[in-house]
Amino acid sequence: MVPLWMYLAVAAALFSIGVFGVLARRNAVAILMSVELMLNAVNINLVAFWRYSETSTDLLLNGYAFTAFVLIVAAAEAAVGLAIIITVYRNRRSVIPEEARALKG
Amino acid sequence: MELNAISIGFVVFSIFTLGGGVGVVTTRNLFQGTIWLMVSLFGVAGYFVLLSAPFLAAVQILVYIGAIAILITFAVMLTRSVARIKERYIRILPSFIASLALFLILLLGVTVPIFGAHSPGSIPEYVASTRDLGAALVDENGYVVPFLLASVLLTAAMIGAIFIARDENA
Amino acid sequence: MEELCTGLCSVLTESGAELGLAYFLSLLVGVLLVSGVPLLTVILLIWIERKVAARIQDRIGPNRVGPVGLLQTIADMIKLLSKEDITPTAADRVLYNAAPLVSFASVVLLWAVIPFTPFHYGVDLEIGALYFVAIASFGTLAIMAAGWASNNKYALLGAFRVVALLVSYEVPLVFALLAPVMLAGSMSLVDIVNAQSGMWFVVLSPLAFVIFYISSQAETGRAPFDLIEAESELVAGFNIEYSGMKFGMFFAAEFLHVFTNGIIMAILFFGGWMGPLYYESPLIAFAWLGAKGGLIYFTTLWLRNTVPRLRIDQIMAFNWKFLVPLSIANLILISLALKVMQELGIAPRDMLSASFGDLLPATAILLVINGAMILYLLGILRKRGREARRESHEARAGYPQTASVAGR
Repeated sequence: MVPLWMYLAVAAALFSIGVFGVLARRNAVAILMSVELMLNAVNINLVAFWRYSETSTDLLLNGYAFTAFVLIVAAAEAAVGLAIIITVYRNRRSVIPEEARALKG
Repeated sequence: MELNAISIGFVVFSIFTLGGGVGVVTTRNLFQGTIWLMVSLFGVAGYFVLLSAPFLAAVQILVYIGAIAILITFAVMLTRSVARIKERYIRILPSFIASLALFLILLLGVTVPIFGAHSPGSIPEYVASTRDLGAALVDENGYVVPFLLASVLLTAAMIGAIFIARDENA
Repeated sequence: MEELCTGLCSVLTESGAELGLAYFLSLLVGVLLVSGVPLLTVILLIWIERKVAARIQDRIGPNRVGPVGLLQTIADMIKLLSKEDITPTAADRVLYNAAPLVSFASVVLLWAVIPFTPFHYGVDLEIGALYFVAIASFGTLAIMAAGWASNNKYALLGAFRVVALLVSYEVPLVFALLAPVMLAGSMSLVDIVNAQSGMWFVVLSPLAFVIFYISSQAETGRAPFDLIEAESELVAGFNIEYSGMKFGMFFAAEFLHVFTNGIIMAILFFGGWMGPLYYESPLIAFAWLGAKGGLIYFTTLWLRNTVPRLRIDQIMAFNWKFLVPLSIANLILISLALKVMQELGIAPRDMLSASFGDLLPATAILLVINGAMILYLLGILRKRGREARRESHEARAGYPQTASVAGR
C-alpha cells in the first residue's frame, strides 16, 4: 500500500511546478498549461483523500464528484483561455500577458 | 512501502507526472511543452487508476489528450510570434524561490501532522463504483445542482469561446 | 491473490511453480495473446483489403507471392524493413520516432477490452466503452505529433486537416456510442453483449448504428473521408516524411483500426458473440463475433472503393450541421422513449435478463420512432441534394457565378 502522504507529496510538487510556470513563464499559452498542472495537482489530492477516507455514506463521493467537476471547469477554462489568447494575439501580435494592458488606467 | 504492482505503478506514474511537469515549465518549444503536459496528465490518469477511480482516468485522458492537447496545439500554431520571444522567463529567481518555499511548506504539511493530521492506516475495502457516481450526479440529495451548473458553464464557455475567437473581418 | 489464480495459473502452481511467478506468467501469456492476435491479424487484413479492392476495381490483386498472393504482405514487410530509415535533419527526433509507435499502440490497446467470447477477454472494464473513446484519442495526438515533428509544410497541413476531421467526428461517434450504453445500462462491453441476448441493439436503435458507422469510417480516415491520404492535394498527408517500417506502422495502424471498428460495431450493435449455439463452445462464439465483425469490415471496404472523396468543407458541414444535431436528437429521443416505456412497464428495466418476448413492444415503439426520424431526414437530404444539383446545373449552363451564390 502506498501511504497517503506520498500522493500528497507528489501533488504538492506538481502544484509547485505549476506555480513556478505561472509566475515565471512569459508566453500566455505556457502559463495556461501551468494552470492545468495546478488543477491536476488538486485533482490528485481530491481523489487520494476520497480513496483513503473512511466510508461514511453521506460523504461517500465528494472527492470523486468534485474531481469530475474540476475536469469540466478545466475544459471550459482551456477553451475560453485559449480563445482570449488568440484574440489578443490577433489584435496586438503578442502572447505576452504583460503587453496586453490597453485597459490599464 | 513494500514492492508490489501498485507501488511500482506509483513510482512510474510519479516519474511521468513530475517529469512531464518539469518539461512543461522548462521547454523552449511550446509544441514540445504540450506533449510534456500530456505526459504529465497521463501520469495523473495513472494515479486515478491506482486510486480505483477508472472513470476519472478515462475522462482525464479523453478530455486532456483528446481535446485540450489538440486545442493547445492549435493555439500554439496560431500564435506563433512573428518576433520570437527571446527569453523564456521573467523574474525567474523570485519565482523559483517562491515555488520552492511553497513546496517545502506543503511537504511539511503532508508529512508532519502540524494541524492535527489524521493519517489512515489502511484503505477502506468498499470503493464507490462508476454506477454510484452516476446515481449521485442526478440525485437531488447528491450533486444535481452542481451537475446542472456544470452543463450551463460548459454551454456558456462554448458560446463564449466561439464568440471571442471569431474573426469579425472574416 | 489466490482467488485470482485460475486457469493457466492454477495449472502452473499445481506443477510446482511459485504463486506470484505463476500469476505473473499467466498474465504475461494473456497480454502477449491479446496484443499478438491483432499484430498477426493485420498481416492477413492487408491482403484481404488489397484483394477486395482489386475485385471491386476489376483487377486481380496480389497473386505472385505464395498461394493467391497470401504472402505478399510478408514480402512487403521485408521490403519495408530493409529500406533506408530516414529521419529528416530538421525533424524533432524523439517525437518523430515516437509518433508511429503511439499511433499503432492506440489501436492495439483497444483489443484489451474486446470480449471475444463470454469467457475470453483481456479485461472486463467497468468503463469499457469510455476506454474505447479515450484510447482512440491517442491516435489523434500521434498524427498531430507526426505532422509537427516532420518539420514539413505538407505534413503539418495534412496533420491539421486530419486532426480537424478526427476531433469533429469524435462528437457524433461518442453520442452514438451512448445509445447502446444507455440501452444496456452499463459501459462494460461484456455487459453490453449480454444485454443483447433478447434483441440486438441495431434493431432497437438503427439510427445510432448508422451514425456510429459513418463517424467510425471518418475516424479511420477512409473514403469518402480520406483526407488523411488525399494524394492529389497533400502529396501524402501527415506521413510524407516517413519511410520504411515507421511508415509501415502508420499503415498497419490504419488497417487494423478499420477491422477493430468492425469488431466494436459487432459488439455494440450486433450482439457480439451471440448467435445460434454460441453457448456450446467458445470457438462457436468466437466465430460468430468474427463473422459479424468481418461482414461489417467488408462493407467498409466496399464503401471505400466505391465512393469519391469529399471536399473538406463538405465533410465539416456534413458533420456539424447534420450528424451532430442528429446524434443529439437521437440520443434524447431514445432516452425519453426508454424512460417513458419503463415507467409504463412496457420495457424491461434490466436489459441483462430481458428475453426476446419482453422486448417486443419496446422494439416496435423504438423502431417506429427511428423510422419516423429516418423518413424526416431523408426528406431533408433530398431537398439539399436537389438544391445542390440545381446549383451545379445552373453553373454549368453558363449563368454568372454570382447568381448561384446569391441564390443560396
